[in-house]
Amino acid sequence: MTKIEKSAAFSRRSILKTGGAFVVSIGSPIGLDTLLGINAALAQGAKPPLVPGELSSYIAINADGSVSAFFGKMDMGQGLHVAVGQMVAEELDVPFGRVTVIMCDTASSVNQGGASGSTGIQTGGRQLRVAAAEARRVLVEMAAEKIGVSADQLTVTDGVVHSKSDPAKKASYADLIGGRYFNVPLEWNKQIGNQLYAPGKAKPKPPSEYKIVGQSINREDIALKVFCRQDFVTDISVPNMVHGRTIRPPVAGAVPVKVDESSIADIPGAKVVWEKAFLGVVADKEWDAIKAAHKLKIEWSNAAPPFPENASALYDHIRKAPVRMRKVEKENGNLDEAFRTATRVVEAEYEWPFQSHASMGPGCALVEVKDGQATLWSGSQKTHYARDGVAAMLGMPPEKVRGIWVSGPGAYGRSDAGDAAMDAAVLAKAVGRPVRVQYMRDEGTGWDPKGPASIHRARAAIDAAGNVVAYEFASKAFSRLDVFSNESKPHDSLAGQLMGVPLKSGDAFNVPSETYEFANKRTLWETIPPLLDRASPLRTAHLRDPVGPQIHFASESFMDELAAALRIDPVELRLRHLKDPRDIAVVKAAAEKSGWVSRPSPRRDQTGDSVTGRGIAYAQRNGTRVAIVAEVDVDRRSGKIWARKFTVAHDCGQIINPGGLKLTIEGNIVQGTSRTMWEEVQFDRKNVTSIDWLTYPILDITEAPETIDVVAINRPELAPTGAGEASMRPVAAAIGNAIFDATGVRIRRVPFSPDRVKQALS
Amino acid sequence: MAQKYSLNVNGKVHSVDADPDMPLLYALRGDLGLNNPHFGCGVDQCGACTVHLDGRPIRSCTTPISTVRDAKVVTLAGLGSPSSPHPLQTAWVEEQVSQCGYCTNGWIMTAAAFLRDKKKPTEAEIKNALAGLKCRCGTHMAILRAVKRAAAMMG
Repeated sequence: MTKIEKSAAFSRRSILKTGGAFVVSIGSPIGLDTLLGINAALAQGAKPPLVPGELSSYIAINADGSVSAFFGKMDMGQGLHVAVGQMVAEELDVPFGRVTVIMCDTASSVNQGGASGSTGIQTGGRQLRVAAAEARRVLVEMAAEKIGVSADQLTVTDGVVHSKSDPAKKASYADLIGGRYFNVPLEWNKQIGNQLYAPGKAKPKPPSEYKIVGQSINREDIALKVFCRQDFVTDISVPNMVHGRTIRPPVAGAVPVKVDESSIADIPGAKVVWEKAFLGVVADKEWDAIKAAHKLKIEWSNAAPPFPENASALYDHIRKAPVRMRKVEKENGNLDEAFRTATRVVEAEYEWPFQSHASMGPGCALVEVKDGQATLWSGSQKTHYARDGVAAMLGMPPEKVRGIWVSGPGAYGRSDAGDAAMDAAVLAKAVGRPVRVQYMRDEGTGWDPKGPASIHRARAAIDAAGNVVAYEFASKAFSRLDVFSNESKPHDSLAGQLMGVPLKSGDAFNVPSETYEFANKRTLWETIPPLLDRASPLRTAHLRDPVGPQIHFASESFMDELAAALRIDPVELRLRHLKDPRDIAVVKAAAEKSGWVSRPSPRRDQTGDSVTGRGIAYAQRNGTRVAIVAEVDVDRRSGKIWARKFTVAHDCGQIINPGGLKLTIEGNIVQGTSRTMWEEVQFDRKNVTSIDWLTYPILDITEAPETIDVVAINRPELAPTGAGEASMRPVAAAIGNAIFDATGVRIRRVPFSPDRVKQALS
Repeated sequence: MAQKYSLNVNGKVHSVDADPDMPLLYALRGDLGLNNPHFGCGVDQCGACTVHLDGRPIRSCTTPISTVRDAKVVTLAGLGSPSSPHPLQTAWVEEQVSQCGYCTNGWIMTAAAFLRDKKKPTEAEIKNALAGLKCRCGTHMAILRAVKRAAAMMG
């Protein structure tokens, strides 16, 4: 572990960048010698305030001419910082290697929303792009004054502003402002988070001039990871730190009524922290904290078991549960009339289970409270908001708390990392020492916030001529927001709820994101109350592509059912009803690249136990379009499916880094396949029983696809949209449609585990 | 009760006071201050804590420190360095494998022992050798490319 001797240290960044941001106001230079001095600069008022409407909040030119880009979002493993660095370098006309993107430290970046909805490039990069363009504009104007050449006669090469006609007339960025702050206001839209936008006067470059954007530049941090030169959040430690562990009840909803501290008296330094229903232990050594958590004798309250009998009984519960909120998102035509006069109606119902983030390592955070200030180190996706949450938990003003993001053990939404931060705050406040919390595996899988379980009903009306004249899609589900994703409120954390803050479950679901046109169409969702109204291991929150996989499993399986009912090719059916040219383009591209042969499903030319099939599914996600063709092998005897090949056509507008995009898509497809084939949170009446990798299996490497072909459609003229989640959502339907093609059997419940497939085929 | 143990890690000998049942992982991370391996599951199911014990990949999260004795422990940091990388480390960078990267120990340490003993493996042999290891980000395709690349480098 890295021992941090000074709480303000940037362990990771000092590796990435030795130059530091030696930046002070134009005209009032103050010598600062390291990046660690940012706090000191703030204290001295030398830097313009860290607010969204200041250029200095995003871009600094260091004394050596290198560029620091301060980013209020972070990389979750897809190389976002590289892509954003490319956008910054492009606009500034500096070599890519000269830019360092410094991510999510509340002391150096404004709140751009953290990792959220694949907006890293779409809104986060967009802001850094306009900031960098403005910085270049300002630098060119400064150079014009300095060298006496009008700005329109100047250009920039590798960070040197020079006359177009006489390159000897020049001034470098370092000469112009190196080591001093920009003092340039931006036109901030007064939003924070994902919506923050603050352009300057400059227009970004036209794509025709791109030299860096569009290139496959590698991540520098992979070498740091494989040579162990980079800390994860789990590796951070500070002087005087203790290790904390939380203790969860055997029956969800039970609270401790008696705690026997003497039962751990023999463990050196072990202490109990018990406040209301919150129970944890700390010890100087990590193993001692783990032992103490196991050994502590606790009497729990007699809570009524809150859950249905098992995961299968869940769907009946959803069907019968009262509707808390109903929302029709889209409606056109007269649906009821169309169904009344239909020649034929096709309908189906689909089911999707609770799923866990099950991150590679359980949630971890470190909180230090010292001299009226606090620091949070967290790998969660919302550093700025988490800072606010920890401040609330500590009863401190947010400006006295600093949040520092350090890469964590995987993050796919609002995971247990968000709870770990709050638990660490409670423990640190109670024991008066810095506390590092890392959960054990049973908590990481058993008690993380879950992706919601759902049922989906689809129906279509067909007229006498065989045309689909009406379509309705309705989901009934647990809300996706029992706890909100941004971590700023104690009621959104286990610790807050255990200490008596009531759960505020919000109502949110969604409808299919597609552009199928039907004369009569209605899409809607309904939410039901949570199974347990406090500190529940089945509380819901955002899990990668929140509710996208479940909705599009259902909607795109149903499109296939419709095609089969009409005896037409599944690609043909989609193309009949899609009107958006980019949607049509991805469907066609996936079909063409995969060698799709037009025919209805299922195929009827196979005998024997080993059969193969192909299936297509398509979806949009916040502007990105994806179509996937899956090819599967089915062993009818064992029920084992091998999703052997995927062909993915992907259009996210302008592509910043093609290599990074391809790897991002591969990760989506594999994780999406895992969620489709294996993942289902198991529980009994008392508690979640998926507590490790045996009880919550994921896709094994022996089951990895043989091939993932990616057709990345580049549209440089369009603004870039997200790629972090879009290609996950059509995966389940593509696989399910391929199983149907191979076998003629439609499986309407995920996961497609061998037992379930075998049962369906028998 | 705590006892004194001598550990040979990456060629250096360290002395650690620990309970006999404390897993090696906590000695490496807590007492020796190594930022690898990682805690992933604590129950022998994921591989994030993998180290070599006399060249054999083991899960340090379930290996009591008292059973290590004089065996030589090598961690990912001891496998190679930027100036003298193991072929798998080179391949990992070239194939840009990692997403979050937390699982890296398991894959590289397991594959390093496998490739040392098995030259020119088939894809099926590689997959079987790595079965059971976890990567939650889903980098399986890149992992396989990297192991094949390293296998080619190792002849």
